[in-house]
Amino acid sequence: MNTNADYSELENLARQGRWLAISTVAGSGAGHVGGPFSAMDILVALYFRVMKVRPEEPKWPERDRFILSKGHSSIGQYAVMALRGFLPIEELKTFDKGGSRLQGHPDVTRLPGLETSTGSLGQGLSVGVGMALGARMRREKFHTFVMIGDGELQEGMVWEALHIAPRYQLGNLTAILDWNGLQQFGWVLAINEQHRGDRRDPWSRIDLRGIFEKLGWRCLEINGHDFSEIIPALESAKAASDSDQPTMIVAHTIKGKGVHFTEGKHEWHSKVATKEELSIVANELGIAESAV
Amino acid sequence: MKALRDVFGETLVKLGSTNPNVLVLDADLANSTKADKFAMAYPAKFLQMGIAEQNCVGVAVGLASLGFVPWLSSFTVFFTHRAVDPIRMLVAQTHANVKIGAAYSGLLTGFTGKTHQDVQDLAIMRAMPDMTVVAPADAVEGEAIIRWATEYQGPVFVRLARDASPDIFDQQYGFAPGKTITLKDGGDVLLISTGPQSVRCLQAAELLQEQGISAGVLHVPSIKPVNQEEIVNAADKAGLIVTVEEHSIYGGLGGLVAEVLSETSPHRVIRFGIDDKWGESAPNDFLLDKYGLSASRVAQRVVERLKAKK
Ligand SMILES: Cc1ncc(C[n+]2csc(CCOP(=O)(O)OP(=O)(O)O)c2C)c(N)n1
Ligand SMILES: [Mg+2]
Repeated sequence: MNTNADYSELENLARQGRWLAISTVAGSGAGHVGGPFSAMDILVALYFRVMKVRPEEPKWPERDRFILSKGHSSIGQYAVMALRGFLPIEELKTFDKGGSRLQGHPDVTRLPGLETSTGSLGQGLSVGVGMALGARMRREKFHTFVMIGDGELQEGMVWEALHIAPRYQLGNLTAILDWNGLQQFGWVLAINEQHRGDRRDPWSRIDLRGIFEKLGWRCLEINGHDFSEIIPALESAKAASDSDQPTMIVAHTIKGKGVHFTEGKHEWHSKVATKEELSIVANELGIAESAV
Repeated sequence: MKALRDVFGETLVKLGSTNPNVLVLDADLANSTKADKFAMAYPAKFLQMGIAEQNCVGVAVGLASLGFVPWLSSFTVFFTHRAVDPIRMLVAQTHANVKIGAAYSGLLTGFTGKTHQDVQDLAIMRAMPDMTVVAPADAVEGEAIIRWATEYQGPVFVRLARDASPDIFDQQYGFAPGKTITLKDGGDVLLISTGPQSVRCLQAAELLQEQGISAGVLHVPSIKPVNQEEIVNAADKAGLIVTVEEHSIYGGLGGLVAEVLSETSPHRVIRFGIDDKWGESAPNDFLLDKYGLSASRVAQRVVERLKAKK
C-alpha cells in the first residue's frame, strides 16, 4: 500500500480545485459548494491519475468517459478540467455569466471534454450504460465512469440503469456514489439525532452496498477523501473492464469537505461565500492571500 | 414587493392554520421554493418525498383520495417534464385534487440555465384536459390564486416565478378563473401577457407613452380556462396585437391568443417570447435583454413593429 506522501501532489491539486470552485461561485454570485467539495478528491484522481484523456484533443476516441450525473456540482468538474488543461483557469471567471461555455449545469453543446449534459438529476448513469454498451459492441477499450449523488439516487431512473447494467454484464462501466450524507433540503434531524451532516442521511440505516451487490454490481467501499483508497479502487474498477460485472464504488464523503464551516452543513449545498469567508477558506486550503 | 416563492411559502402557512387538510409534499427543494416555511410551521403535515418527482405526484394522488389537499413543491421543469406522465394519467385524467406549485417558472431561475429553465410548461399543461393553469403576476394575485386553488376541487397548476416583481394589485383584488384583467387602456398596441411579464409590459407601456404611443396591457392570469370573449373584445379595439411571455412562442399565451382570434375574429398576432431556443445560465437582466423581454426591449420591439406596419 502506498503511503500518503505519494499523494501529496493530488492533495495539493484538490486544495486548488476547492479554492477555484468556491471563489468562482463567489465571483459569479451563484452556484454550488457542498457537492463540488465532496466530489473533489475523486474528480482529481480521475482526471490526473486514472482516466486516459487528452486535454488538447478532447474528442480523442480512445479516451475514458466521465459523466458527472450530479450536474449541479459542475464547478468542481470545471475547476479540475481547468487544472488539467482542458480550459484556461482564467475562463472560470465566466461561470454562470451569459454566453459562457461554463453553464450552471454541464452543457455538452458548449464545452468540449464533457460527454453529455446533466442537471436534471438521475439521468447520467443511463447514458453511461449506453456508452459502455456501445464500447462493447464496437470493441472499444475505453472505460466509462459516472458519478451520482446520494440524493440523486432517489430518482427512479437511476434504478432503471442500476438494473440494466449488470444484465448486459458491463464490466467497462463504473458508477461512483458520492455518499456525502446530505442532499438539498432533506429531512430535519430529530432532537439529539446524530448524523454526518446537519440533516438525516438520505440512506441512513440502509445497506446500499448489499442492495447494489444483489442487483449484480461488484461493490467497493472507500473513504472518498483518502487518495490511498480512491486510486486503488478506481484502478481496480478499470482493470475489471473485461469482466462481466459493472463496478459500484460507494464513496463515503463529507459534503462541503475541506473547509471547517462548510463541512456537513446542508445550507452550503448552494451558497455564495463572503469576502471574509473566502479569506478563511484561502487560509485553510493554503492558498496565497494575494489570490483572494 | 415580495418574491412569489415567499408568497407561496407564507400563504401555505396561513392555509395550514385554517384548513386541516392542507399538506405539502416536497421533492427536496423546499428551501428554494420556500415551502420550508410550511415545513417549520407544520412539520407533521410536511412530507419530504426526496428527489423523486414522479413518486411525489403519485403519493399526492393517493392522499387526495382521502380528502387531503396536497400542494406539491418542486421546480416547474421537474413537474412538466420529469413527472408529466403521472400528472397526465393520475392527476388530470382522474381530476385528482392535487395542487402543483410550479416554482422557478420561466427563464429567470437563478442562474441554473437551460436544464432548469422551463419555457414549454404552458404549452404542455394547457393541452391537458382537466387541468387549470394559472400564472400570477405579483404577491397579491399570487396569494389570491393559491387560496382559490386550495378551495377549488381539482388539479391546478400554479406557475410561480422565483423572484419579486413590483406590486400592481391592491388588496381588493379577487381572482376568478378565466377572467382577464385590463391593466392599462391604449389604442395603438395591445400587449397581452401573463405572470410577472405583465408587470414588465406595464413598464413597457409607460416607456411607449413617453414616445407618444398609446399601449394597452391585458393581463391573462388564467391561461386555462380563459374567457375568450374578453380577449376578442380587447383585440378588436387594438391597432396591433402583441403577446409577450416568458415562454416559448409555441403553444403558450401567444398560441392561445392566436387560436382564439383566428377562429372568431382574425387579427394579426405578433408573438414575443422565446423563439424556439434553449436558455442559458446568466443574470436576470442579461436574460431579459437577450431574449427581448425586458420593459425597454419590449417597448423597442413594439416601436419596430409599428414602423414596419406603416
Ligand atoms: C430531477 C431533479 N430534481 C431536483 C433537482 C434540484 N436539486 C439539485 S441538487 C439537489 C440535491 C442533490 O443532492 P445529492 O444528489 O446528494 O448531491 P450532493 O449532495 O452531492 O450535492 C436537488 C434536489 C434537480 N437538479 N433535478
Ligand atoms: Mg449528497
